[in-house]
Amino acid sequence: MARHIGLMIETFKALADPNRFQIVELLLQGPRPVGEMVDRLHLQQPQVSKHLRVLNAAGLVAVRVDAQRRIYALRPEPLKALESWVERYRRVWEQNFQRLDGLLEEIKSKEKKRGRKNRKSLTE
Amino acid sequence: MDAKTAKASPNKQTEVLKLTTQGDREIVMTRAFHAPRRLVFDALTKPELVKRWLIGPPGWSMPVCEIDLKVGGSYRYVWRHTDGKEMGVRGVYRDIVPQERVICTERFDEAWYPGEALLTTTLVEQDGKTTLTSTVLYVSKEARDGVLKSGMENGVAASYDRLAELVSS
Repeated sequence: MARHIGLMIETFKALADPNRFQIVELLLQGPRPVGEMVDRLHLQQPQVSKHLRVLNAAGLVAVRVDAQRRIYALRPEPLKALESWVERYRRVWEQNFQRLDGLLEEIKSKEKKRGRKNRKSLTE
Repeated sequence: MDAKTAKASPNKQTEVLKLTTQGDREIVMTRAFHAPRRLVFDALTKPELVKRWLIGPPGWSMPVCEIDLKVGGSYRYVWRHTDGKEMGVRGVYRDIVPQERVICTERFDEAWYPGEALLTTTLVEQDGKTTLTSTVLYVSKEARDGVLKSGMENGVAASYDRLAELVSS
């Protein structure tokens, strides 16, 4: 398995939890201390800390200590990787569906020809 | 390549592929085609037609495409790259409404996610155009039965892991 796929899976796993997804959404607006996230998300502090540890392990957040507070910020790299992966997924399906367009055109024109032949034979 | 590959349509403007998420367990793909629904349905369910378009990026072909189109019947797809690499998927049909809807399970041979994914494909025809909507729901093994019983309601544990396999070339 390619390395970038492994990293992608870690990103997906980290984001697949609704609470962690909410934390990421909150951090999209800017860095925040843990206490503020606890208030905003209506979760218990240990829960938020646990989720932040998972996000940190997946490389999605970075932490810095400011006096007594731990301030978390998003790290854009995994999200950028995710975006380019979604683009690749889209391209694969675009290629598939363009081939399907061509195939459908081919079937339609075959049916048209057959239809013409049938009509002809009926009138003859 | 052992099957003839369909070429892109030369005349008509290509329709746009929409890719969105629904909740946090589903990926939804929507695409319109300039063809009646019955033709699109055939292209999705007849092996000799599926093999010609469902082949992904350049270099891949689909040497195995078996479809037993009935509820409880199974399908088996294998793709092969020119470098010899193979990728396979299998699943079982859960619901079939001809020309309208197909619901099937989906499990890749090398899946590392728990359980199976559930794939729902619907076709809607309007003014000679057919809109295909394909929803992939990622379910855990534990959640799967409950999900199928409850008709894809809540309580689904899942991840998007499996998708990576589609593009892991």
